[in-house]
Amino acid sequence: MTDENQTGPSRRAFLTGAGAAAAGTLAGGASAQTDPAIAIHPWMQELGDGVDAAPYGMPSPHEADVKRRTVEWLTADPVSSINFTPLHDLDGTITPNGLCFERHHSGVARVDPAQHRLMIHGLVDKPLVLTMEDLKRFPRQNHVYFLECAANSGMEWRGSQLNGCQFTHGMIHNVMYTGVPLRLVLEEAGIKPEGKWLLAEGADAAAMTRSIPMEKALDDCLVAFKMNGEALRPEQGYPVRLVVPGWEGNMWVKWLRRLEVGDQPWHHREETSKYTDLMADGVARRFTWEMDAKSVITSPSPQAPITHGPGPTVLTGLAWSGRGTIPRVDVTLDGGMTWHEARMDGPSTPKALHRFYYDFEWDGKPLLLQSRAHDSTGYVQPTKNALREIRGENSIYHNNGIQTWAVDADGKAENVEIS
Amino acid sequence: MSRFLKLALLASAMASPLAAEPLGLGRAATPEEIALWDIDVRPDGLGLPAGSGDVMTGDKIYTEKCSACHGVFGEGTGRWPVLAGGQGSLSDARPVKTIGSYWPYLSTVYDYVNRAMPFGNAQSLTHDEVYAITAYLLYLNDEVDEDFVLSSDNFAEARLPNEQAFKPDDRAEVEFAAFKEEPCMTECKPSVEITMRAAVLDVTPEETAAKAAAKAEEAQAAEPTPEAPPAEAPAVEVAEAPAADPALIKAGEKVFRKCKSCHQIGAKAKNRVGPVLNGIVDGPAGAVDDFRYSKPMAAAAEAGLVWTERELSAFLGNPKGYMKGTKMSFPGVRKEEDIAALIAYLRDASE
Repeated sequence: MTDENQTGPSRRAFLTGAGAAAAGTLAGGASAQTDPAIAIHPWMQELGDGVDAAPYGMPSPHEADVKRRTVEWLTADPVSSINFTPLHDLDGTITPNGLCFERHHSGVARVDPAQHRLMIHGLVDKPLVLTMEDLKRFPRQNHVYFLECAANSGMEWRGSQLNGCQFTHGMIHNVMYTGVPLRLVLEEAGIKPEGKWLLAEGADAAAMTRSIPMEKALDDCLVAFKMNGEALRPEQGYPVRLVVPGWEGNMWVKWLRRLEVGDQPWHHREETSKYTDLMADGVARRFTWEMDAKSVITSPSPQAPITHGPGPTVLTGLAWSGRGTIPRVDVTLDGGMTWHEARMDGPSTPKALHRFYYDFEWDGKPLLLQSRAHDSTGYVQPTKNALREIRGENSIYHNNGIQTWAVDADGKAENVEIS
Repeated sequence: MSRFLKLALLASAMASPLAAEPLGLGRAATPEEIALWDIDVRPDGLGLPAGSGDVMTGDKIYTEKCSACHGVFGEGTGRWPVLAGGQGSLSDARPVKTIGSYWPYLSTVYDYVNRAMPFGNAQSLTHDEVYAITAYLLYLNDEVDEDFVLSSDNFAEARLPNEQAFKPDDRAEVEFAAFKEEPCMTECKPSVEITMRAAVLDVTPEETAAKAAAKAEEAQAAEPTPEAPPAEAPAVEVAEAPAADPALIKAGEKVFRKCKSCHQIGAKAKNRVGPVLNGIVDGPAGAVDDFRYSKPMAAAAEAGLVWTERELSAFLGNPKGYMKGTKMSFPGVRKEEDIAALIAYLRDASE
């Protein structure tokens, strides 16, 4: 640990560096030294920006490091690729719009909403064309849902690879959607009795398509045009996307332009070549839509080490299930020899992120951290090895195994696997 | 009323398409409008347009429009998808999932090529061209001979070998029982060992790894962390070529094979996927007539970019890194000596 005099004026250095070195003398609060932060700073004297400086506000420049990141080696090209939500820097359960991870197949379609149409046809009584204006005249609803890419944690099937929950678990976001129940839009066209499947298609240059069973389409899907109160971001499907609660993110077709009702699934590229789970025996599961219960400790984690030394420590993380709510999360500090029930905090709604905390006294010794989610159906998040025993290591998708972070005596955390 | 009947009634009331009164929103879609957008094809042939294409024609179109990314033999360049081979590898430690080894239906190939390919110029192929490319992809996977013609008439007969190796989602039956047991809370195991560390592999993007380490070790002041330097083009230093070196030119001609599927050079050269390359070295960027450049390339040309050896080296080393948004989907030439050789060849072949 560096001496305070060498690091210069720094609040954290004062609190941790000097604090740890001279804990005894500083414990009472009296000290010969003065915290340089106790000063008259420029912002206490000078005038700040006026209300006309930032018509659309942005985070403090001190938060510039809180951003989506990419893993360059993962894909051939940034136009057909993915970036990751910085989970380690966030708290609560709602993901800010600008930090929601992106995955597109032919780049972000820049759609002019005035030129955007939603067509509904196929096995319907009356094929329809809706404008954005038409859509906004249907009765609408608000729901918070997580969207998780089926490939989230997919790089970890063969073992721990990436140091940071942003990379291991960051293909997820959680926002409040405003939209029209898909059911109302379909009923407006009138579904014929033989209409059992729905094909949703996007207006991007990949013309993304997925087949959705009619039962789900009529259950809780939304045709959404707002996220967290404002218009969808272009990278999230502006002006309109499908919301398929609890099911893999690839089905949440962005830039939604067409809904076709049919009597069979289409078996398109994204539900055959991709998003099918290859088992060890060479047979692949298809239509694995639901996202299993899962959790991850977001801090401490490799990108969010413990910097304050021993003492009171906040452990926190996220948990979710595509099948309901998360009434309980267990955490362990010793690699699973002993588990503790974490404290759930914040709203608990089905198919949405849940926040948990475990506040503990760190003794400065190495830790092996894990979290284990229980969902409202009684499903308990399995270990990675339990998943591998059943599925092998080639399935890419739907890895919801328990994540381990090894924290060393300095507070640094690393992605590991344990016995 | 029995509980079952009640549930059934409730379900039918909820799912019945006749239940809701229409709001009268929107307007009728015309058959012409539907025909314009309804391009999807199903395994049973629904949606398949009339047409045909043969392997040899497919070879030509594929070489011109697909091979830059997918490789001349469908082997994939860089991390672009592999399209051929891999048969029998699905239960290997590293399965190779291709059209021939994995995809269940040929209709998916037709549908996907038609809707999304070529990358960056989607929905530009004619029906016959899509048939020809699909036929060629069957050929690359050893499913047909080189005289094969695929058409709307024989499409249903063409089956892919892996069709039967898919099963419905069986997690509820196979996994739920084991994953719904009440888990152990205390004295669950006597000891724990670390069996694998991510740091050993070290594939985490560097900025993050370095920063986390710095954060933990130094506990720095909460000052804004400067952004990692933007991923600029690698400044590849190429030695000035005083006189043409025949060996270098010859080596460059070999490297140029990678470029040939999109570019031509010499007296008879024509624009193909990429522009003619005559006079490219030390010439102005974006200057070939009748070629539609990407927006950033057109802007660079406007700004007076000249392809000096230095600029050209940087571009060839990492096209997308050098110029975000370039139409050149080529992943780049990795070795500096290859770039130098390529430039020597480009200079020579132009003369």
